[in-house]
Amino acid sequence: MTIALNRDRLIHIIKRLLVHLVLLTGALFSLFPFVWMVLTSLKSYIEASAAENFFPSHWLFSNYVQAWNQVGLFPRYFENTLFMAVTTTLGVLITSSLASYAFARMRFPGRDTLFIILLSTMMVPFEVTLIPNFILMRDLHWIDHYEALIIPWTASAFSIFLLRQFFKAIPSELYDAAVLDGCTHFQFLRSIVLPLSKPALVTSALFTFLGSWNSLMWPLLVTNNPVMRPLQVGITSFITDAGTEVQYLLAAVTISVIPVILIYFFLQRWFIEGIARVGIRG
Amino acid sequence: MVPPTQESRQHPTMQQRVLRHIDWTAYLYILPAFVILAVFHIFPVFYAIDISLNKGAINKFKFVGLQNYARALTSPDFWTALVNTFSFALMTILAAMALGLLFAYLLYQGVRGQSIYRTIYFLPYVLSTVGSSIVWAWVFDPSSGLANLALKTIGVQPLRWLIEPKGIFQLIGEQLNLPVPAWLHGPSLALVAIAIFTIWQTVGYNIVIFLAGLTNIPGEIYDAAQIDGANSFQLFRYITFPLLSPTLFFVLVISVIGSFQSFNQIYSMNIAAAQTLGGPLGTTYTMTVYMFDQLYTYSNYGYASAIAVLLSALILILTLVNFRFIGARTENMEVGE
Repeated sequence: MTIALNRDRLIHIIKRLLVHLVLLTGALFSLFPFVWMVLTSLKSYIEASAAENFFPSHWLFSNYVQAWNQVGLFPRYFENTLFMAVTTTLGVLITSSLASYAFARMRFPGRDTLFIILLSTMMVPFEVTLIPNFILMRDLHWIDHYEALIIPWTASAFSIFLLRQFFKAIPSELYDAAVLDGCTHFQFLRSIVLPLSKPALVTSALFTFLGSWNSLMWPLLVTNNPVMRPLQVGITSFITDAGTEVQYLLAAVTISVIPVILIYFFLQRWFIEGIARVGIRG
Repeated sequence: MVPPTQESRQHPTMQQRVLRHIDWTAYLYILPAFVILAVFHIFPVFYAIDISLNKGAINKFKFVGLQNYARALTSPDFWTALVNTFSFALMTILAAMALGLLFAYLLYQGVRGQSIYRTIYFLPYVLSTVGSSIVWAWVFDPSSGLANLALKTIGVQPLRWLIEPKGIFQLIGEQLNLPVPAWLHGPSLALVAIAIFTIWQTVGYNIVIFLAGLTNIPGEIYDAAQIDGANSFQLFRYITFPLLSPTLFFVLVISVIGSFQSFNQIYSMNIAAAQTLGGPLGTTYTMTVYMFDQLYTYSNYGYASAIAVLLSALILILTLVNFRFIGARTENMEVGE
């Protein structure tokens, strides 16, 4: 009896170990490019291109200064991206909160039709709107202006959908009580709905910010002047500037990735639960 | 109909109540979002169709009817791009879904450190494609990359990865000294390498969604099945899989759309490996890259628009097919809900 039990326990433990072995392999696979990126960015040119040592023999933190200086516009790229991502996110939060509130809480003719029309924009592939929007930007003289980088992206069907689901879940009794106290729709939205909807707002803000920070094809098209380029476009052009000096290139990439990694590790709960919530919607 | 009660008779009629309850200000709330989406996301669809019927430079468009579409459908480049797009989609979707399911299922067993694993797996998904592509292009570097270093340790000849135009099956055939017919060469190693990167990038997203789907399955069903003597394979086959199928379907739809729109990683890896757009030898030319090249390099606005419209139609058809054939089946498989 005890022997059988022990054997079961042993099998159980071995099973657990195997599971962790697979999970750890996956974790290593997810992480090794970053580890390797940071390590290579600290090597000398010869060491970086030989790839024989895993760790640098001398930790050259000066590579970062070099990379920063070599791309003369690095600070500018950073500013552009930060400005673009923050404004876009604010825009999306404002337009989506307002629209979602109307769709969730107000009654008006054509509400459902309008909602479906807006949602259908989620189905439209980005590529098909690219050329018309590019021509529109030219006609508006927005090429090489922040307007082109920001304004087309200040509304998002995804965020409207996400927030509406959340707003709908707020009990209508709260609204009835607020109306009795003489509250208008706008006051109710501002002082009750929005504070209660923090998780949805944070998720929507994170994904908008990230999408803007990481965007490439659109900024590539609408910026010709290097001064107007955001970080991602700047980095791709740095590939040719850096030539074979891969340690500088990877240092530059590390700098561009650090803000996102920081945001992610501090707010990862919001990211993961946010997409899980959207993915599993009823 | 609800019979009128004492109370409701004292109230205004239904119609009056509805009219009084219409919030006309609602339109103001919707206006900003609606204007932006209409101008930059809805109207351009129709404009794109219009442009695709024209030829020439901006402001000097000349109507040519369906000529751009005819040109695309008869161009070998277009068909190469289409085949590349399909192979790329097949590789990335199958592998990322299978791996995502495997890891989500393992995490679901309640292992210690579940949330740490989940955080690590999801990390590649949030990082910029440009940054990660550059790192991976360096991983695939023929002379000093990590990929060849790994191959060397297991005694395999180094490969040229992102600059290798030869098909994957052709390469395997060469290793084994087997002749492989040309139609069986498969996607180029360069495209496979970009697919490996894409799998690495997207699998964490799938894991998170699958894990959430698994957690949603009520535990009592498992308990009941276990009492009836079901083994772990039966549990997976008859409970987990059917109950998870709506989630699988959601991920499939998202993956198809995402993979047909892939551009950033192909563009950045092409550049980082010092290749021309779509290189080597056009073997990483997908529909999006082809469209972008026509637009950016050649300023063929009409032709590029026609490709974009065809690509959108393809995505739409595939999504509808998904809903019609797979979506309908998952509906029937939903046992608990």
